[in-house]
Amino acid sequence: MKRFYGRGLPGVASKDLSGKLIVLEGADGSGRSTQAELLTAWLERKGYATVNVGLNRSTLVSRELSRAKGGNVLSQRTLSLFYATDFADQLENRIVPALKAGFVVLADRYIYTLIARDVAREGDRAWLESLYGIAIVPDIVFYLRVSPRQLVERNFQKHATLDYWESGMDLGLSRDMFQSFLKYQGLIQAEFERMQKAYGFDILNGNRSIRAIAKDLQARVEPILERSAA
Amino acid sequence: MAGQRKGHAYPGRLIAVEGLDGSGKSTQIYLVKRWLELQDLKVFFTEWNSSVVVKNATKRGKKRQLLTPTTFSLIHCTDFADRYEHQVLPLLQAGYIVLADRYVFTAFARDIVRGCDREWVHNLYSFAVEPDITFFFKVPLDTALGRILGGRPSLKYFEAGMDLGLSQDPYESFRLFQKRINDVYLKMVREFGFVAVDAAQASEVQQEQVRAIVTERIDLPGFRWRTRR
Repeated sequence: MKRFYGRGLPGVASKDLSGKLIVLEGADGSGRSTQAELLTAWLERKGYATVNVGLNRSTLVSRELSRAKGGNVLSQRTLSLFYATDFADQLENRIVPALKAGFVVLADRYIYTLIARDVAREGDRAWLESLYGIAIVPDIVFYLRVSPRQLVERNFQKHATLDYWESGMDLGLSRDMFQSFLKYQGLIQAEFERMQKAYGFDILNGNRSIRAIAKDLQARVEPILERSAA
Repeated sequence: MAGQRKGHAYPGRLIAVEGLDGSGKSTQIYLVKRWLELQDLKVFFTEWNSSVVVKNATKRGKKRQLLTPTTFSLIHCTDFADRYEHQVLPLLQAGYIVLADRYVFTAFARDIVRGCDREWVHNLYSFAVEPDITFFFKVPLDTALGRILGGRPSLKYFEAGMDLGLSQDPYESFRLFQKRINDVYLKMVREFGFVAVDAAQASEVQQEQVRAIVTERIDLPGFRWRTRR
């Protein structure tokens, strides 16, 4: 049976959530989105209705969020609440209905990325944990771990440039974007390792081939699907 | 404890007014503002729901009725945080008297009535300092309703609390909604040490009481401009 991390959502009974919630976490360039696509295809081939969610995709605030990130006008707390609003909107309008219908929900990032980003910016962990007490505890969380060096290469392959936010440039770790990227991704990974103990993630070695990781994921998702059949 | 609010050590002072729509609190805080300004004190007025960045999202959410109790609460908190961190906090740090027409307690009342968890909401706003003085304008429910509904205004969906499903009639919904808000306010009076003002009295009588308390609790001469204006 599903649980919430904290106080939950008004009007939602966790016992009605019969679907499966699978979360993929990892930095930009960790192969997360590729794996989400492959896993979705695999699930659909097996006949499971699958709903994909991610960060910054809500109808409510995603437009403002993108604009605010572009202009760097919001304070840290405001930005983090904006992300929380975006998350809550998708949680209530996409995740909960899908879980009620017994679907598989595949989340390309979840609250952990949001928490890690804020903690790296000296956010208050207790405040964040209470805030995200509205979140449903997933059936399984995968964290794709890729070394910062390899992330750099993949980001260059994909965009030919490093992203301002993924490099944590707003933290002032270094004026050099490359150095800042390495330091920032290191901070994020450290926080994920801390969370791994608290939340019990499955850490996957993301330095392997796409195919090897996909097989690994499928093998780990299989038993969760069987649990619903039983 | 997460929900526990705390006093602050900033040189500025924060005065908030709370109360139902139609309690006359905006008039009272305006008069306080004029009174302080005319004494040449450093004063700044701020009101609920006025941040530019978040406004569009809030508007869209309200117009299209996209908001649930949780997202309603979060989007208003986002808006509050923007105004708080860009305006209220720097002003307190710079030694201003900040006057707030509605503060976190408005959110507590609305969100709790909408069904959000009390502790969760308190924690959400725990980054904001507690006001030095919070005036609560206490008015009989019927008086407040009469003032607002007397002109048969067109009530907006969320303003009337229509999302709570209390009644299909916006006016009836507004009445029931305000009653519940009032109940939560009354419970907060002791919890947060509000200074209750009897808002059924004449406006100038209320203002006299408010000014007496401000004078007693805040060292006003300390807030004179240091530089010639």
